[in-house]
Amino acid sequence: MSGRVLVGVKRVIDYAVKIRVKPDNTGVVTDGVKHSMNPFCEIAVEEAVKLKEKKLIKEVVAVSCGPQQSQETIRTALAMGADRGIHVEVSGKDYENLGPLQVSKILAALAKKEDAQLILLGKQAIDDDCNQTGQMTAALLDWPQGTFASEVSLEGDKINLVREIDGGLEHIKINTPAVVTADLRLNTPRYATLPNIMKAKKKKIATMKPADLGVDLTSRLEVLKVEEPPQRQAGMKVETVEDLVGKLKEAGRI
Amino acid sequence: MTKYQRSSFEYLKPFLFCPSSALSLCLSGCRSLYQLAELPETHQILRQTCRDYADRELTPIAAKLDKEHVYPAKQIQELGTMGVMAVEVPEELGGAGMDYLAYSLAIEEISRGCASTGVRGAKEQKKQWIQPFTTGEKVGCFALSEPGNGSDAGAASTLARQEGDEWVLNGTKAWITNGWDASATVVFATTDKKLKHKGISAFLIPMPHPGLSLGKKEDKLGIRASSTANIILEDCRIPLGNMLGPRGAGFKIAMQTLDSGRIGIASQALGIAQASLDCAADYAHKRTAFGAPIGKLQAIQFKLADMAVAVESARLLTWKAALLRDSKKPFTKEAAMAKLAASEAATFCSHQAIQVLGGMGYVTDMPAERHYRDARITEIYEGTSEIQRLVIGSQLLKEYQL
Repeated sequence: MSGRVLVGVKRVIDYAVKIRVKPDNTGVVTDGVKHSMNPFCEIAVEEAVKLKEKKLIKEVVAVSCGPQQSQETIRTALAMGADRGIHVEVSGKDYENLGPLQVSKILAALAKKEDAQLILLGKQAIDDDCNQTGQMTAALLDWPQGTFASEVSLEGDKINLVREIDGGLEHIKINTPAVVTADLRLNTPRYATLPNIMKAKKKKIATMKPADLGVDLTSRLEVLKVEEPPQRQAGMKVETVEDLVGKLKEAGRI
Repeated sequence: MTKYQRSSFEYLKPFLFCPSSALSLCLSGCRSLYQLAELPETHQILRQTCRDYADRELTPIAAKLDKEHVYPAKQIQELGTMGVMAVEVPEELGGAGMDYLAYSLAIEEISRGCASTGVRGAKEQKKQWIQPFTTGEKVGCFALSEPGNGSDAGAASTLARQEGDEWVLNGTKAWITNGWDASATVVFATTDKKLKHKGISAFLIPMPHPGLSLGKKEDKLGIRASSTANIILEDCRIPLGNMLGPRGAGFKIAMQTLDSGRIGIASQALGIAQASLDCAADYAHKRTAFGAPIGKLQAIQFKLADMAVAVESARLLTWKAALLRDSKKPFTKEAAMAKLAASEAATFCSHQAIQVLGGMGYVTDMPAERHYRDARITEIYEGTSEIQRLVIGSQLLKEYQL
């Protein structure tokens, strides 16, 4: 058991920013817009650091795929307590077309290369809401997966997980190595302390290209158009349930 | 060199070969001036962390703290855990091991959220004198002003006389920030009246202590979540070893401490000014009048522009003073300039913010009125604007050898 955990962190547009669609409808405006670490990735980093503090794992490696600026996101993970970082450089058109499938291939290759015991990811990114990377990575590696985790505990070489699902909470036990994706209530991410921010400066971030890992970045998807959701129309008030049923029938909804 | 330093350096290269003596004076005074265009990455992360903390933990409670005069104990503790209260203390001693620029950024972002919490952080830096006597979690306070003299610091009427192996202090100190929450205080008292300001010495008194009592908490216009009170000394006896520095060095210690303190207060004022600007700009976006958001009107744009220039120039002065201090160069003049510019920017910006908000600026529903009240003290404490001008003036004259 290497005791090594890979944590994936994604650089996304900050949750507080108002998103605007580009005039040519090919995507959203990202230039000059504030970016930060995906909130679910923060939760994943926090969980990894907690496991290390409990001495259940030995090393936390933060990984990010993207352009030069992704290093800032890795640096934030280091300031939260990760030991070292890996930046897989993807820029330009490749970055625009980068999706869960390519990222999972990269993570799978890295997991083998780094002999990782556990991969911790956020359940989904707040920009594309795909909710696929964790699941795909597990499938590519043929590893068990614990997604939407709200509680994680290591027991020997197994992991006890509580998953938040539509029906309630599901308790499962999976073998390691495994992929776990973090849901909102797993933990509350810490603020980086100043001493840790200073220590992060000295921690290493290795850079590599997807080709170094033997990963082909060709996308199977093509974005045709990006547009804003339709403006919300005003609703109307009705007096009785009969009125409501009548109106719904009129609109052809029932 | 980082990517940022390299690009700034390229831009400045043509100027470096200019034979202007003024330019070389400027460059020799601050070799890191070109770094001010972009902050180093660690400082950016620090600034973002403090900003996130302020936005999530301080801004939502600031109005309540102000209204109820409540001291934000939990938040101060959390900031302590984050290392914000011991920024300059080396890592081996449990501090953050960062520089004064980092400290200035931290105080600015925290003050943006809540000025009272910011003033606690700013005053904390004086703890260096108290460090040997208290553990990390405790808070100290700095007692220089008296009811009879604020700006006239050299006329300390608090007296200290030696009796055997003890110092006995008598007198009253006024306007002491954090008086009610401190575990120790540095008191400046006259040991030799004939020597005037060269006869003042500094003493450390743990709190509580027999002979030391606190006056009532002042009911202030602003920074209401922070406590201010008198410290009364009546035959307060302390061991001889509690004198800080040599006898008669008190005034010098006070002035040196104030130099650094001014950068802290400048940062606090910047936070208030920035918060006012943010508030006004946000309102200008949303409020419509004359058929469009008021941000479209030139009158409003000119106000916002003036506010932004005031904040940014004060910020650069503050960073410069911090960088000079970090390079261990003289920074008295720059610290005074920073404090003067930042405090006047804070009062100007908060005043204009209320104007932009109109009626909404006058009520407690919006933070503009709180910023106006919080800003006012920054022109007074840690050296009034008039004293700052005296300091700058006399430093300038020295430079021109007049």
